[in-house]
Formats: sequence, C-alpha cells, structure tokens
Amino acid sequence: MDNVLVRALRHVGHLVIDGIWRLGYASRFFALVLIRSSVSFRRIALTIREIYFAGVLSLIIILVSGLFVGMVLGLQGFDTLQRYGSAEAVGTLVALSLVRELGPVVSALLFASRAGSAMTAEIGLMKATEQITALEMMAVDPIARIVGPRFWAGVISMPLLAALFSAMGIFGGYLIAVVLLGVDSGAFWSQMQASVDLREDVLNGVIKSIVFGVAVTAIALFEGYDAPPTAEGVSGATTRTVVTSSLAVLALDFVLTAFMFRGV
Amino acid sequence: MERAVLDLWVGIFVAAGLAALLILALQVSNASTFNTSDSYRIAAEFDNIGGLKARAPVKSAGVLVGRVESIEFDNTKFVARVTLRLDQRYEFPTDTIASILTSGLLGEQYIGLDGGGDIEMVKDGGRLKLTQSAVVLEKLIGQFLYSRAAEGPAK
Amino acid sequence: MAADNLVEIDSVEFHYDVRPVLKGINMRFPRGKVVSIMGLSGCGKTTTLRLIGGQLKPSRGQVRVAGDPVHELEQHRLYALRRRVGMLFQFGALFTDLSVFDNVAFPLREHTTLSGPMIRDLVLMKLNAVGLRGAQRLMPAELSGGMARRVALARAIALDPMLIMYDEPFAGLDPISLGVIGNLIRRLNDALGATSIVVTHDVQESLKIVDYVYFMSEGVVVAEGAPEQIRASQEAYVRQFVHGQMDGPVPFRYPGAPYASDLGLGTPGG
Repeated sequence: MDNVLVRALRHVGHLVIDGIWRLGYASRFFALVLIRSSVSFRRIALTIREIYFAGVLSLIIILVSGLFVGMVLGLQGFDTLQRYGSAEAVGTLVALSLVRELGPVVSALLFASRAGSAMTAEIGLMKATEQITALEMMAVDPIARIVGPRFWAGVISMPLLAALFSAMGIFGGYLIAVVLLGVDSGAFWSQMQASVDLREDVLNGVIKSIVFGVAVTAIALFEGYDAPPTAEGVSGATTRTVVTSSLAVLALDFVLTAFMFRGV
Repeated sequence: MERAVLDLWVGIFVAAGLAALLILALQVSNASTFNTSDSYRIAAEFDNIGGLKARAPVKSAGVLVGRVESIEFDNTKFVARVTLRLDQRYEFPTDTIASILTSGLLGEQYIGLDGGGDIEMVKDGGRLKLTQSAVVLEKLIGQFLYSRAAEGPAK
Repeated sequence: MAADNLVEIDSVEFHYDVRPVLKGINMRFPRGKVVSIMGLSGCGKTTTLRLIGGQLKPSRGQVRVAGDPVHELEQHRLYALRRRVGMLFQFGALFTDLSVFDNVAFPLREHTTLSGPMIRDLVLMKLNAVGLRGAQRLMPAELSGGMARRVALARAIALDPMLIMYDEPFAGLDPISLGVIGNLIRRLNDALGATSIVVTHDVQESLKIVDYVYFMSEGVVVAEGAPEQIRASQEAYVRQFVHGQMDGPVPFRYPGAPYASDLGLGTPGG
C-alpha cells in the first residue's frame, strides 16, 4: 500500500519538476525569439509569407464561425430580451458579447487549432528531417529566420482576425434580429452605439486578442521546436499545442477580464 | 507560391482586418472621447456623488453635452470635486444647477445641467456653484420614516 | 601524418549526461584528403561530426579546425567558420518548401550580396557538377533519394567550402547512385581543393575513394590506416566489419538465457 502511494507522489513530484523545468526552457526560448526579432522586420518578405499562411488561410473559418456565432447570439438574445420587453437591446447584447469576449476568445481558439497546430507540425517536421540542423550548420540562425517571422505573423494576424470575427458576428446578429425577427433597424444600431464604448470595450478587446496572439503563437512554435524528431513526437506536439493554447487563452481571458472590466 | 499573389492576399487580409477594426470603432461604438481642442473644462462640488463614475455622461434637457472627466476628494472642504468636460458649442450661465441624476430606475448615474438665468457664462476652468448631490437611498428612507414619525403623534 | 592538418581532434572525451559516448579519441584530417570514419551505429561517429561542427562541446580535450578550438569560439566567429564548412545530411535535409534551384541558391542568398544573375550562374554551375542542372525547377518531394542527396551535395558546396562533412552519404541508395555519390565525393574534393570527412558504415564504397580510414567502436578508435592497410588488417573487429562476418567481436547472439533452458529442457542432452 505504501509503495503505491509513495510511487504516485514521486511521479507527481516528477511531473511538477519537469513542468517547471519545461516552463523555464520555454521562457528562455521565447526570450530568444524576441531578442532576435530584427530579422523578421528587416526581411519583411519572410513575415509577410507567414502572415499568408497563418492569417489569410484562417480567414474562411473565422468569417464563417463569426457569422454563425453572431446569428446564434441574435437568436438567443432576442428570445430572452423579448420576455422583458427589451428586444431592441439585442444589438447591444450581440455587440458587447462579441467585442469584449467572443471575438478575441473564439477566434484565438480557432486560430490555435488551425494555424497553431500547422506551425507546430511544420517546425516539428523540419526538426525531424534535420532541416533545422542544416540551417545551423549553414550559419543561419533558425530562431531568427524560421521562428521569428512566424511569431510576428501570428501576433499581427490575431487582432485582425478577432476584429473580422466580431464584425461578421454583428452582421450576423443584424441579419437575424432586424431582417428576420423584425427588430427596428434604427433602434438596433443606436442602442448598440450608445452602449459600446471605444476605449472600454473595443480597445480592451483588441488588447486581449494581441495577448492571445502572443500566447497561442509562442506555444505553437515552442512545441514544434521542442518536439521529439519522430512521427509520434510531432503528432503529440500538435495535440499539445491545441490543448495548451486553448487552456492558456481561457485562463488569460479570465485574468484580463478581471483587470479590465472591474466594476464598470 | 508566387510572391506577387501571396503579397496581394496578405494585403487584402490586412486591409480587411483594419477595415473591420475601423467599423467596430466608428459604427459600432461611440467614439466618446472629446478632443481637447473643441471642449472646455469646468468644476462642480458635491456633498455626495453616489454612484457617479468617470466618463459618465453630462446631459442638459436630456441631450448629451459632455463627459465627466475626473472625480477627486477635497480633504479640506470634505466634498467631492468633479471635473466636467463640455462640448465647446454649448455655453452655460454661471448659476446653472448641476445635479446627479439616475437614468431610469436602477440605471447608471449622470450629471444633469439646468440652465440658469445669469448673463455671464461659465468659462474654461470655471466652477458651477449650485449643485445637488445624489440621492442616497438610506437617507431617503430615513427622511420618510422621520416625516411619518413626525406626522404620527400630531394626528 | 602531414604537417598541415585542417581538423585535429586531441584526446576528446564526450559524455551525454552521465553516459560516456567518446572515451578519448585522437584524429587528424590533413588538408586536401578524403578521410572516412567507420563503425557501427552508436559508436560515436556522428557525435564526432557534431563536435567538429561546433554543435556539441567536448567534455575534455580539444577539437581544432584551421587552428581554432571550435568550442571556444563566440557565436559570430563560429558562424564565420560554418560558412566555410559544407555538410551533407543523411537524407539530404533539403528545405521542402523551396525548389531545387532555391535550395542550392539559399547559402548564396543568405551569406553573399551577389547579384541575381551571378547567383543564377553559380547555382547552375553547382547543379551541373552533380549532374542535376535540368532538375532545377523540381521540388524536393519530386526527387528520388539519390537525386535529393545530390542536390544537397550541390547546396553543401555552394560557397566553395574548405571542409565538407558527409553523414552517411551512402545510406539507402541503389548501386548506381552509390557509385555516383562516391565518385562525386572524390571529384569535388579534388576539384575544390577541399578536405572531406565521410562518416559511413558502407565499407566497399568508401574504401574505393578515401585516402585514410578511422575505425571506431564504442567511443574509441580501434584501428586506422590507408584503405589497403584496412583491407589487410588482422584486427578482429576490423576483419569482421570489412568482410561482413556474422560472428566476431560483435556477437551474433543477443545476450540472454541458454537455449536449452529457454526451451524448457532441464539439462543439456535431455
């Protein structure tokens, strides 16, 4: 009986120490990426290429999801608000939910599963096929040239995608509430404009999406760079990217929301 | 991937994203901060500001004429000193009454300005002397009970 | 050995965590020669290459390239050194998102400020040297193993390096490609006046082209010499390796219980 307990405790202790060690290793990696970022901006073509693969190729999923989320918000919002005779506030409901929360969070989660996992797989495979080592031996710093542009592409794309998500969502909400359910168009927009504040809501949403962009991209790149150079290694790393980024986004969302919307 | 096509798509993406941000900023929200160039500042002192917060609206006759810029506590007079930022277009006489009102029954609090009759207008940096503090629920109940108690024995 | 050695390995030991990988090796690589390092997988030959390239630091001893101890160089000097070294990886390690042309042009574009037309000429020259000029527009995924390795070779010599290192260049190739690669290694080395180090366990191909051989086993050099000396060697490990003998210093049988007891027969002869 003792043996099992002791072994379990030791195992947990191991995991914790491994986790902390890994966190330190990841932080050092992240710091290196930041320090060696000048290449990403001097050779902007590299970064632009990565913005294509991370941002442009995520457009479809972001726009479609945004539309559907907005439509659902419109539908559910109308149904509930109507009971209190406040159906005209549905514009406010849709806009605030999207701009403050759903826009940044959902688009970050989608970005993590689409672009994040792709980055992890790509870098993991490059490592497994010795392309990273080849770069080092050719006197090219792989962190500056491969990781850096992808990191900045993610950070730049994320707020843009979140804004597109929110905009599409509001449009979806408009379609459902005004066109389908007959809420007055003027009331829809004017109530929304009266309650959505540029600094409090829109700006905070943008800040959130930038923070999420940093987190998701950094995690994706680290997992790829650190993946064991085997097939199982890369596939495990891809899964870890999606899981870890999603958890990180939700946790950061809570922290940021607590900071930003305290007693508004 | 051809460089030219790639650049084109990235350009479209970034433009669309910025456009979405702009739409959110202008159409969806109220770009509520007044420019310092077309607004002016006045002060008003209250015994109790209730739930008034910074950036609360300042309205006159129900129309938005400005925003509350800051709220400070005056330790010598033990009052709240509220700085209002008003739209340049609107001038108010120096005997305007500034009251703290509640929008709706349980809504947010705002400052209402009732124009006075003075010929002189309040200027930038000036102060409104006539103010009415926020209604505090406990005091209201206390007043009610007291007035009922005062009525009681008289009957 | 000749006085002018490009690479010198002096009493180098290397531990991976606590496990000893190299237990004190001495090697000399003279300028202009092709030298091979042979041995079984796990004997430490790839580690030796990594030490020469500066990817690993020796736990003891020194590795000197062109007189400089590699592991003591700061990053920019290490990178300057690496620009003069070309390396061919086991399966090519071509950049999969670039065409054959762009792969060979990569070191030129990264490290020189040569104009587009000049780079084009140089790339075509290198591709011509390995016989793949016609394949310049193909992507790595469309190449056979042997072709991919030849493109990687062209990339390795793009900057006319003074030292070329090969990690298992013969692994997994058909007989024709084997001959081609072997030939290219020798010819390019002589044409460029470079020094080549070939890590391999393909005995027949390498003995045809090299000037000197180092034999490694379990982290030490067990034999060395010119190809004829190696072929004639009486050292047991070398003989087993060169002639592909089934049993010898490297046992055929994996250590375990006696056969009889595994089969459940009590005493021998039972």
